[in-house]
Formats: sequence, C-alpha cells, structure tokens
Amino acid sequence: MIEIKGLSKKFNNRQALADVSLEVLKGEVLSIIGHSGSGKSTLLRCLNFLEKPDAGEIRIDEVRLNATKYSSRDEIAIRRQSAMVFQSYNLFRNKTALENVTESLIYTKGFSKADARALGLELLERVGLLPQAAQYPITLSGGQQQRVAIARALAVDPKVILFDEPTSALDPELINEVLDVIQNLAREKTTMIIVTHEMEFARKVSDHVIFMADGQVVERGSARQLFERPSDERTRRFLRQTGEIEEYVI
Amino acid sequence: MSKIDFDFGFFLENFPEILPYLPMTLFIAGASMSFAIIIGLALALVQTQKVPVLSSLVTAYISFFRALPSVVLLFIAYYGLPQLFPILIPVGAVTVTVACFSFKFAAYLSEIFRAALSSVDLGQREAGLTVGFSIAQIYRRIILPQAFVIALPAMGNVLISLLKDSSVAFFVGVTEMLAAGKMLSAANFRFFETYLAVGLMYWGIVVLYSFAQRKLENKLAAPYKR
Repeated sequence: MIEIKGLSKKFNNRQALADVSLEVLKGEVLSIIGHSGSGKSTLLRCLNFLEKPDAGEIRIDEVRLNATKYSSRDEIAIRRQSAMVFQSYNLFRNKTALENVTESLIYTKGFSKADARALGLELLERVGLLPQAAQYPITLSGGQQQRVAIARALAVDPKVILFDEPTSALDPELINEVLDVIQNLAREKTTMIIVTHEMEFARKVSDHVIFMADGQVVERGSARQLFERPSDERTRRFLRQTGEIEEYVI
Repeated sequence: MSKIDFDFGFFLENFPEILPYLPMTLFIAGASMSFAIIIGLALALVQTQKVPVLSSLVTAYISFFRALPSVVLLFIAYYGLPQLFPILIPVGAVTVTVACFSFKFAAYLSEIFRAALSSVDLGQREAGLTVGFSIAQIYRRIILPQAFVIALPAMGNVLISLLKDSSVAFFVGVTEMLAAGKMLSAANFRFFETYLAVGLMYWGIVVLYSFAQRKLENKLAAPYKR
C-alpha cells in the first residue's frame, strides 16, 4: 500500500534522510522511533511533501511520485493520499472545532454544508468531542485540540494518517486521551505511521516498528521483536536509554 | 479687559456650510483606502513569498512612497506628470489625489500586512496543505482572516492619517472640507470659528470611526479569547 524507495533529503550539508526504503501494508500501524534529529519527522514530512525529498520514490496506493522528476500536480496528488496530525496540533485558529473538521469536506471534497456538518459531528463524536463542536481551539485543552486534529485528519479520508509526535506537546495527564483515540483507530484497521517517543504506546499499538538513526533505518521488525530482541547494538542502546529494556549481559 | 472675540452663533453656522463637503473628504479617504488595501496586500504577498526581482522593486517602492510628503507627491503627479505625458492633462484632481494616496498608503499598509502575515504561525499553512487546500485556499480561508485581525488596529491608524491627509487635496483644487473652510473664512474673516469647525468635523469622524473599529475588533477577536 505504501512503498518508499531510496528516499534521501539533505538540509544544507546535513544528510537528514539517507536512502530510506520501507513498506507499509494496508491497515497496518508503523511506528518510527529514534533520537531527536534521527530523521523520523523528516521522513514523515517527505511523505506528504511538506519537505521536498532530493531523491527516491514514494508510492501511496495508486499514486506514485519520483522525487527527481515530478510536477506540482503530482505533489498535490501524493499529498491528498495522506493526512497529518502535528505535534503542535495546528488547528485552524479562526475556525471552530467543527469547522476545522468540515473545511476540507466543503472546500476540497465538494460536500454540501449540511452533509459536511453531519459527517463533521459524527467524527467529533468518534473522538469524544461532540459537546465542544462550537468551541474555538484556544478554549480547548491540548488533548482536546489534538483529538480535533485527529478528527480533521479523518475527514480527509486519507489512505494513511501520519502522526508527528502527537503527544510530545501534551501535559502528561492529557496524553492518554489522545493515545486512546489512536488505539481505537488501530483497532479499526486505519493505516497509520506514527513518529513517537511513547515507547509503551508504540509497543502496544504497532504492527511494525522501525528504529532510525542518522537518517537511516537501522532496524525494522514487529513491535515485539524490536522491543524485546533488538538485533542492532544502536537499537539496544537507544532502548536502554529510554528504559525500555533492562541492562543485560550477553 | 477686552471680551474674547468668539462668535458662537457664527461658529455653529459653519457646520451646515461645511457638511456638504464631507462626502468628498470621505470619498477620497474611502476610495484611496480601498485601493491601498488591494495594492498593499499584493505588495506584502510579493515580499512574503520572496518573489525574486519583484521583491527588491517592492522594497524600493515602499521606500519612495513612504518618504515623500503627500503634498509633494500630489504636486508631482498633478502638475508635473502631465508635462511628461500630455495624455494626463484631462485627468481630474480628485482622480489624481485618489491615485496618489492609494499608492502612498499602500506602502504603509504593505508593511503592516507583511508583519501580520508573518505573525500567523507557519503550522497553519502546513495544516492547510495536509487537508488538501491549495495555497490560494489557505490564504483565503486561514491566513488572511487571522492576519486581518492582527492588522486591523494598525490599519485604523493608516485610515485616520489618510483621512487627515485628504485635506491636502485642497492644494490641487479639490473642494473638500478644508477648502470649504478656506472659502468660508475668506468671506467672513472669522478664521478661528471656521477652522475650529473644520477641525471638529475631522475629530467627529475619527471618533465615530474609532468606535466602529473597536466594535469590529471585539467581534473579530472572539475566536482568540479564552
């Protein structure tokens, strides 16, 4: 369903992504873990062209794009395959919770206002925010804002939802309400790629996990495999630092 | 002790005499502001999008129009330009005034718009892209409405300056409020009463406008208040 081949990206002189290839199947949840600056977010942002990769190929479902030759139409086509949930929520500040969800329905998908409203309310209900539909983002807690952002992403009806550290900006007591929503989506077989520092969550929710360092995929495996029997020393060291695995002697 | 020479009755009589010229003042200010907003927004977009070559031209434009006194600008355009381009001779003083003020105040507004646009968080644009909006839709639906709220107070100051500067049109023969005052005082030799009446007319407009702007600001600020 998603296929990435040889994706590379340089910022000034720093290689943010170096020849990254990976696949995600339909209905699968892939988590990306690694240190800050390892290229996790860059990888995610290249998938929807918020960053323009220098080389490589991206395919999401039927839409293909070659980073060395593409038109702006290709760019829009590949971007419309996905939706994104940002670390800082990025809700439209001048729109209510409901409008945040319905904007794309009305203005890119051609829904009537009434249909958009109906679907928008349904999506807000799914993330448990129906009572807040008429509120503006500034009046919502971080957790609520992020749940609206998830509803907004669902409204796009994307092939895949990209989560860029969805809980990193949240107060600890608000993290779970967001993770619960994501976990429900996983149960419903929503295809998702999640960049996260929440190791417990990644282990629970993911089908596969990749560990990135220096712009490369160091290790890929099932959640269990990667967290319990990491094969690469760098993965082991990372997991030790985050307290996920005990120090052990070989 | 001599009596203060102030004829209150005459002072009041000035108002109905000046009032017919208020529409001209408002027209010059309103029309110029409307064009200035459009031009200023275009200039600001050129600068924020960093369009090559055009950006530097815009910088020069802003520098030029901000530096020239309104009356100098008006004299250049009204008396000077027809000398180079005779085709401009039949263009009326009101038109020239509105054109000059539009260009001049567009320079001020573009700086205000640029600051307002850049104060809108970059994440708003990215979020717009990820829900499938085009750049035009992002500006129309997300960025411009947010930037407008930020720009409004400063835009009000520009409009007030523009309103007052419209009196300069008198120097190229437009009969607006100041010209009306000049004619009245020339006929009666009661300068203080007449010019004070003119001044109060300006004050009245500014007070009314400020009130309306505050209402609008409160209304627009609603989404950003906890």
